[in-house]
Amino acid sequence: MVGAAMPSRVVTDRPSTSRTGTAVPVRRIRGQRWAFWAFITPFLVGLIGFVYVPIIWSAVLSFFDAQGTVVPTRFIGLANYKRMLTDGAFTSALLTFTLFAVFIVPTTFIVSLGLAMMVNRIQAARAFFRSVFFLPTACSYVVASLVWKLSIFNGVRFGLANQVASLFGSDPIAWLSTINPPLYWIPIVSVRLWLQSGFYMILFLAALQNINPELYEAAFVDGAKGGWQLFRHITLPLLRPTAVSVLLLCLIAAYQAFDEFYNLLGNAEYARPPLVYLYYLALGTQQNFGLGSAGALILAALIAIVTILQSRLLGFGSKGES
Amino acid sequence: MSAAPLSNVVGLHRGGRARALDVVSWVVLVIVTILFLLPFYLMIRNGLSTTQSLTSPDWSFFPTHPQWRNFTDLFHSPDIPMLSSLKNSAIIAVFSTLGTLLICSLAGYALARIPNRAATPIFYGVIATLMIPGAVTFVPSFIIVSSLGWVSDYRGLIIPGLFSGFTVFLFRQYFLAFPRELEEAARVDGLGHWRTFWRIVIPNSGAFIAAIAVITFIGSWNAFLWPLVVAQDQSAWTVQVTLSTFITAQTVNLPQLFCAAIISILPLILVFVFLQRYLVQGVAQTGIK
Repeated sequence: MVGAAMPSRVVTDRPSTSRTGTAVPVRRIRGQRWAFWAFITPFLVGLIGFVYVPIIWSAVLSFFDAQGTVVPTRFIGLANYKRMLTDGAFTSALLTFTLFAVFIVPTTFIVSLGLAMMVNRIQAARAFFRSVFFLPTACSYVVASLVWKLSIFNGVRFGLANQVASLFGSDPIAWLSTINPPLYWIPIVSVRLWLQSGFYMILFLAALQNINPELYEAAFVDGAKGGWQLFRHITLPLLRPTAVSVLLLCLIAAYQAFDEFYNLLGNAEYARPPLVYLYYLALGTQQNFGLGSAGALILAALIAIVTILQSRLLGFGSKGES
Repeated sequence: MSAAPLSNVVGLHRGGRARALDVVSWVVLVIVTILFLLPFYLMIRNGLSTTQSLTSPDWSFFPTHPQWRNFTDLFHSPDIPMLSSLKNSAIIAVFSTLGTLLICSLAGYALARIPNRAATPIFYGVIATLMIPGAVTFVPSFIIVSSLGWVSDYRGLIIPGLFSGFTVFLFRQYFLAFPRELEEAARVDGLGHWRTFWRIVIPNSGAFIAAIAVITFIGSWNAFLWPLVVAQDQSAWTVQVTLSTFITAQTVNLPQLFCAAIISILPLILVFVFLQRYLVQGVAQTGIK
């Protein structure tokens, strides 16, 4: 009985492209109900146990005074949220990641799009350049931070940046601890730029190669002059879906920045994004799970809101399409 | 795929300005290549130097006598738990990849192909989790793992990461586009869902599974925040946690630390060299939802 009602619902869920012309109604197969649950139960149990329960438990903890315990007894209402939002450290952490996003998103976008267009333009050695730019993806943020902190932006004279600076007669610069001017942004932004540009370049390259070359021919016949007009009227509009998705992915990744800040700057108060702050708050000596949970939920809500707003504003399609 | 490169087409009509753009492209690409390879060069240079030459204020482009023994010294060093970290990282990455593939492919197949009243609500439940990035939930997840007594334990490092809503989503999308004729044929032969899945669907999905496997493996090998939170005893440290610990340690032998960095990226470089096709495909699939 259950089976009879099902097929139509599932069919509506399926993108039309995947219909391979089976007008035959989905046949009721022996043990179908059993099979469904056998296939999905392992995942479902894990999803509930390690995704839903933690989030719900965390939501509960955020209303309690939960310091050093995960089974608290003292209900304190919204006090944790109030404290987080009025706490200078958390709001300055939010400011840090906003600034970080302002630096990293446009630079990554420009570098990855620029590299993709140049790699797509040249006639030879494409595979070589693509591999080189993609290679940093093999490095972890920890390895990259190690090279950045101990070699390139090492504050003493043997650091590479200081070697270059000394050519211009400069004394060694403490790149990671100079706050005024805030030079620490240079290593922080450049390390992520190096690590992730190749990844987004691959996405742009795939999109560029999917553009039908006849469109350029047609535009040329229609009197489009030179590269800029072709870029403006053909390439750019056709790249739009990829561009939107790159912006979104890049922004969401920036919100979750932890590794490079932790490894390059530690718990430095002048540049501590929310996850680093929450890490020290909840798992440091304080073990304040109530406050940490409140902070995590505020952060999750912010990210969800921004994601939804962005996708609405930029017309990013429904999740169901592939 | 069959689309000719844009430059070939426009090339028919290209004038002086286009040629100038070509030259600019080459120059920029070569400069960016040098910049992108610089960190790799520094790792090798520093790893093969002596401490004295590395910290010398006079720059040397490459050590005149490469110190290969830095690598053997690293593995004999009492300070850096290199071997156990590599072992931990390998075990965690392999089992995370296998587990994720198994659990998420089954779930994705059920959602795509086995009619059930619960499929749609479950699918929305999966989609809802995509809104909340995993990293944000590390505090609550840690609470669960410590309640289970899984701190500094492989179970705590592997199991919570196996239930990726995004991977299930990708598998579902992939199976929706899987040719139905193959499954219909299996059914005519009397195979149930379970045997159809293992005998027909999985053997015909090699490239897709490889792409997901490569992406999952890299993500697991390079993961830092979760291992940092869960692997509290030195015996449970992954390579990333070990490297991170010694970035701040003043006592450590610098060339050895760079050797450790080189060793830590070698497995992934191998993946890059031999599986790049799947990797690029995986990026294209996971990047564009």
